[in-house]
Amino acid sequence: MAKVIIDTANHIAAYAAKAARVQVVAAYPITPQTTVVEKIAEFVESGEMDADYIRVESEHSAMAACVGAEAAGVRAFTATSAHGLALMHEVLHWAAGSRLPIVMAVINRAMGAPWSIWPDYSDSLSQRDTGWLQFYCADNQEVFDTIIQAYKICEDKRVLLPAMVCSEGFILSHTAMPVKIPDQEEIDDFLPPYEPGWVLDVDNPFSHAPLVSPEWYMEFRYMIQQAMENSKKIIEEVDKEYGERFGFRHGGLVDRYRCEDAELVLVTMGTMGAEAKISVDNLRQEGYKVGLARVRAFRPFPKEVFRELAETARMFTAIDRHVSFGFEGFLFSEIKASLYPRQITGDPPLISGFLAGIGGRDVTFRDIEKIAKKSWNWMEKGKIEKEIVWWKLRD
Amino acid sequence: MVKLEVKIPQKREDLPITPLSVPMIGSMGKTGEWRTFKPVIDYSKCTRCLFCWIFCPEGCIERQEDDSPKIDYEYCKGCGICANECPTKAITMKREEED
Ligand code: SF4
Ligand code: SF4
Repeated sequence: MAKVIIDTANHIAAYAAKAARVQVVAAYPITPQTTVVEKIAEFVESGEMDADYIRVESEHSAMAACVGAEAAGVRAFTATSAHGLALMHEVLHWAAGSRLPIVMAVINRAMGAPWSIWPDYSDSLSQRDTGWLQFYCADNQEVFDTIIQAYKICEDKRVLLPAMVCSEGFILSHTAMPVKIPDQEEIDDFLPPYEPGWVLDVDNPFSHAPLVSPEWYMEFRYMIQQAMENSKKIIEEVDKEYGERFGFRHGGLVDRYRCEDAELVLVTMGTMGAEAKISVDNLRQEGYKVGLARVRAFRPFPKEVFRELAETARMFTAIDRHVSFGFEGFLFSEIKASLYPRQITGDPPLISGFLAGIGGRDVTFRDIEKIAKKSWNWMEKGKIEKEIVWWKLRD
Repeated sequence: MVKLEVKIPQKREDLPITPLSVPMIGSMGKTGEWRTFKPVIDYSKCTRCLFCWIFCPEGCIERQEDDSPKIDYEYCKGCGICANECPTKAITMKREEED
């Protein structure tokens, strides 16, 4: 019988790792992630979870242990935040290049300096080009469902790439919510045991990721790009199948909310997306035709979805919890790049960029309503008055 | 379990999803071409202790029937480790062009 439990997103991530029958967990503590691996330690200790629990001396080693485990043909999991993720950076490339479908929970936390333990996306978005799929969650149920789905997506022979399942520290990580945990047999049926694309074998020795000359290196990179492109379809398929089996659909690549007739589409990720739904409902009551596109998959980036939305929307407003120094917010950049073909055909929607919630500053539905109204005003005038707005920046 | 088939790729479809290499002679080509100094064994001084055979990082010294070492010059990179390790100084590093 499926059961409903009330717990924090970190504990829920641990429940998901258990439900996915993860066989190796590499653990190194860092705020706000620590309670993920603490909960898993409890499961392993009590015998509820049959996994090897490796206590490593750093996050670099945590990811190396996951690479080793998956190369030996078993399902691996780890979790980290901020500086821990940054320390893993090198090995993230090895995992993706070796085509190992590791799933990692990233509990988003702002990067220092200055030191911060509060959330923004500066940690995971700095890892954008490592070849990992990146999913962003808006609530605890989505954290559970996305971890299970991520294994299915990543282990698909057409993908075979690792994934980060991201959720904002404290906003979700330490906040308890009710979550439905399906029956283990049903999860087993949905997520069969891992079938590796290749596996280390003492009877058939070889080494992986050896030196590749310029004659062939590019082809291996091309295959990663192809796998990323393939994953778009699989993310949608898996979301649909998961919804049919367990009753939860989170939207696949992009959670579209009241977008059908929306003139202004707000674009954001994670919990700001959950908050924005309230704003959309309130604004609709006031007569504004506003919708929300909450990006769930940042990599692969769903450019096709934005091209489709641009058929009807007159304006997009990106609300980014991270800035690429020297340029702008990530979603703002990605939407503009995705809609470039419309720019050349001379029919672009207006696009504006807001930076909000950086370093964990609170972003409420009222903030998002104000951002939407400002954007609406610019849309009516047909002119973006300020290209990048740092929302609630102190004078 | 994936059984590895050893083949040299000709086109993209021949590639595995990630590069995997099996132990085989000369997967990076004839590395002997990289050599500047060539190790030459003076068999009259050689005691067949096989230090050179153990220490050669390229595994390109062959242990012959009578335990005497034989260098495979197609793959010897000329690092000089064998000459350095040889207790009887039976191996001399000679500049390639001197031969
Ligand atoms: S020179 Fe180096 S590579 Fe050549 S045989 Fe001696 S140890 Fe081996
Ligand atoms: S180390 Fe010197 S003495 Fe020993 S086997 Fe090699 S060449 Fe002969």
